[in-house]
Amino acid sequence: MKALIETIVTPLVDYPDDIVVTENEEEHKIVYHLTVNPDDVGKVIGKNGRIAKAIRTVVYAAGSDTKKRIYLDIM
Amino acid sequence: MKQVTASGQTVEDAVQSALKQLNTSADQVNVEIIDEGKKGILGLFGSKPAIVKVSIAENIVARAEKYLKSITSQLGVEISVETTTNSNEITFELSGEKIAILIGKRGQTLNAIQYLVHLFLNKSSDQYYTVIVDAEGYRKRRVETLTQLAHRLADKSVRTRREVSLEPMPSYERKVIHTTLQNNSKIKTYSHGNEPNRHVVIKPS
Repeated sequence: MKALIETIVTPLVDYPDDIVVTENEEEHKIVYHLTVNPDDVGKVIGKNGRIAKAIRTVVYAAGSDTKKRIYLDIM
Repeated sequence: MKQVTASGQTVEDAVQSALKQLNTSADQVNVEIIDEGKKGILGLFGSKPAIVKVSIAENIVARAEKYLKSITSQLGVEISVETTTNSNEITFELSGEKIAILIGKRGQTLNAIQYLVHLFLNKSSDQYYTVIVDAEGYRKRRVETLTQLAHRLADKSVRTRREVSLEPMPSYERKVIHTTLQNNSKIKTYSHGNEPNRHVVIKPS
């Protein structure tokens, strides 16, 4: 799942080396935390969060077969 | 990356000769002008040939296809992609098993993937591309469904003499509704609300 997030985000940013994805597993949910270079924040969030929404939609689709709920935090 | 350096009397000539050597066409290469060349006096003295470096650009569409495939394979879906380019409109036709995962509820996953590929293509190129990602004819089926829905709700609006609001849809799906009903003189259509909650309203005229 971490690999998926990185695959999606890497080509969209200018500083791919600064992408950090952390995983935090709790009782009923798994929270992924994505941070990017401050200059790239706009590129992963987008106007009205449009890009963030698209990334979340794909990530949640990937997590549909797991039992735990999946969340994606950006920044 | 394949590249050649060629010379000619003018930049144009040099590029042409490079294209011949690479056996390709002008829209698939990057041209770097090293020396513009000089005509010289009377075309005789002090003339210098133009020198250009021409390299085959790695096909951006092929890279987008790779990006698309790397996303889908990590979703656990093996697909084959058929890509068609029509000037600046690029269509990726996906097919394979478990395609339903990629479409999602009312096509939301497919739309998200389409948007990401659109971003990818337009970030790394200076030309503007329209991207369509379709899965097993989903878009066409959706247009049929929307057309039927439009006619049904138009009738309802006429019958009840009330406005009928549809659920929020992306812009091109709203467009299908509008164009379907534009010749129907009994009703008018307009869109209401802001993205992502913008939706079509059918109103009796």
